[in-house]
Amino acid sequence: MAEIMYWEALLRAQDEEMARDPMVICMGEDIGVAGGTYKATKGLFEKYGEKRVMDTPISEGGFTGLGIGASFLGVRPVIEIMSVNFAWLAMDQMFNSAAKVRYMSGGQLSAPCVFRSAGGAAHQLGAQHSARMEKVFMGIAGLRVVTPSNPKQAYGLLKSAIRSNDPVFINEHELMYNMKGEVPDSEYLHPLEGSEIARTGSDVTLFGYNISVHWCLKAAEILQTQHGISAEVIDLYCLSPLDRAGIRKSVSKTHRAVIAEEDEAPVGVGSEIIAIINEECFFELDAAPVRVHSAFVPQPYNHTLEAAAIPDHDDVIRAVLKLFGKA
Amino acid sequence: MTLDDKKRVLQEMVLHRRFEERCYQAYIERKIGGFLHLYPGQEACCNGVMEAARPGHDYVITGYRDHIHAIKCGSDPKVVMAELYGKATGSSKGRGGSMHIFDAAHRFMGGYALVGGPFPLAAGMAKAIQMQGGDEISICFLGDAANNQGVFHETMNMAKLWNLPVLFVCENNLYGIGTSLDRSTAVVDQYKRVCAYGVEAAQCDGQDIDVVYEHAKVAVDHVRSGKGPYFLELMTYRYRGHSMSDSRGYRSREEEDHWKLRDPINILRDKLIAAGKLTMDEFQQLERNTDAYIETEVIAFAESSPEPDVSELEHYVLA
Ligand SMILES: Cc1ncc(C[n+]2csc(CCOP(=O)(O)OP(=O)(O)O)c2C)c(N)n1
Ligand SMILES: [Mg+2]
Repeated sequence: MAEIMYWEALLRAQDEEMARDPMVICMGEDIGVAGGTYKATKGLFEKYGEKRVMDTPISEGGFTGLGIGASFLGVRPVIEIMSVNFAWLAMDQMFNSAAKVRYMSGGQLSAPCVFRSAGGAAHQLGAQHSARMEKVFMGIAGLRVVTPSNPKQAYGLLKSAIRSNDPVFINEHELMYNMKGEVPDSEYLHPLEGSEIARTGSDVTLFGYNISVHWCLKAAEILQTQHGISAEVIDLYCLSPLDRAGIRKSVSKTHRAVIAEEDEAPVGVGSEIIAIINEECFFELDAAPVRVHSAFVPQPYNHTLEAAAIPDHDDVIRAVLKLFGKA
Repeated sequence: MTLDDKKRVLQEMVLHRRFEERCYQAYIERKIGGFLHLYPGQEACCNGVMEAARPGHDYVITGYRDHIHAIKCGSDPKVVMAELYGKATGSSKGRGGSMHIFDAAHRFMGGYALVGGPFPLAAGMAKAIQMQGGDEISICFLGDAANNQGVFHETMNMAKLWNLPVLFVCENNLYGIGTSLDRSTAVVDQYKRVCAYGVEAAQCDGQDIDVVYEHAKVAVDHVRSGKGPYFLELMTYRYRGHSMSDSRGYRSREEEDHWKLRDPINILRDKLIAAGKLTMDEFQQLERNTDAYIETEVIAFAESSPEPDVSELEHYVLA
């Protein structure tokens, strides 16, 4: 197992899939000659040429729709949206065309395309470059949503997404492209559904996805060493469909739940997980579940304000201690 | 087109007209729900273009005024009507409705209800054809008002940039719902708008199928021979309201009567009579036979078909 960066994992997945299947193409702004904003397509232009690694005009609605139309005929486009904030311009095509075409054609057509985008808040990029939008995507029937928390998932989920016959949205994170992690040397396909136990524990379940998995892991470590609380961390790499069974299983074991999300409440992963806990295992609970989330404001520019708006592992620890009456 | 071809097309156009008029009736009877957009008046557009193209081989995509485009590509009118009735035997098994007819087997890639939505999808299908090396072309039929969407411009740019085999047919019926073109659009000649993107374009009469066919032939040959996208604007008129709730208060009865003087079916009928290929009696017989077919086959099929099974509500969401 080699240690590689998150962006290298995405690149390796695309490279392998393009080599395997001539119908796999990549599309997006600055992904070709320039190598990609986050390097996820670096070198592919030279290797596969401009017909398969397409530098698109700045026309998110247009090129997303074009990729979807190509997918109707068996092309498998990986469509990079430079920043998830720009995905609003592509959502008509993602939602009205890709996500609905199978249903409204009674199963005749499908849109096997992948949308990849840099989500999350980076540092001081301001309101129009720091939005989180997973809450929007996960509420759309007909669209799969995955969000890798490490390079292994980035590699395996992207490969599986390319081979899926459904449209898949992959929510990446601006701050995670240089994260290092072990990725199997041999080919690896990650399941598109389910969840992973990132750390086992017995007193409380911490639910995270993408960057918040790392807050949860750090919080769990501190909770164990400094407070004697054993936290289980569940990595919800799949946001749609959510892993109801996995959520039930862990909460039934620990009887307490904290959900950590970088997206703001109201409406989102936290509220959805709490609804699922209510539906699946309400009577297993020893305390009301708690969500940790961003403030309900457009992302501020000022460093201190920004830090105050976005939670981190400390907020997760505080939420857990409160659950145990220790704060 | 030979005279025999024209006679066959006349029969098809009569079916297309009577089918739509029967839909109108079924809607009044509440057999058909939702929005219903009808095609009478515009028949020469779809027929003229598709006679120059290869129905069932070329990929066709359009908006919500889609029944006739599907039938022209090869869909069974029974299955289309059953979809309008929301039945399990419908083209989308009752999940689509009037605005979402699909027939993948005949390469009719669907009716879409977001104005302008099909533009990039059509270009994408052309990209797939280009990659796969087939001799098909992608044909996108949309209205005049769709050209004011951003994706229209984005798509024209990309189609030309990547030399995609896509034919855009603009059925210019002078209105988007109740807003006339000159009140919504600074440049009313639609074909002029794509010049900015270097896309080859032409405008012609959309009521005389011979004229449509001649222009469509040039357009189809251009696209199929690898010369890139083409935009063909056909000047036409819809007789009925935009959809069923439209009382047409935004236009005069004189204007409507003026256009009905140039009815696409009558134009073709009269040419065939003049050529000695058809008599008025024969034509009237054709209309009666068509109505009988629609009643005894098409409507009967839709009426007698089962409703979709509610236990299958969640089928066809994911693969
Ligand atoms: C994105 C979007 N905006 C508005 C509408 C409502 N709408 C439906 S049809 C229509 C007019 C379209 O006119 P045109 O493109 O000329 O086609 P026609 O109906 O004349 O064939 C409008 C505004 C819609 N369906 N989709
Ligand atoms: Mg119109």
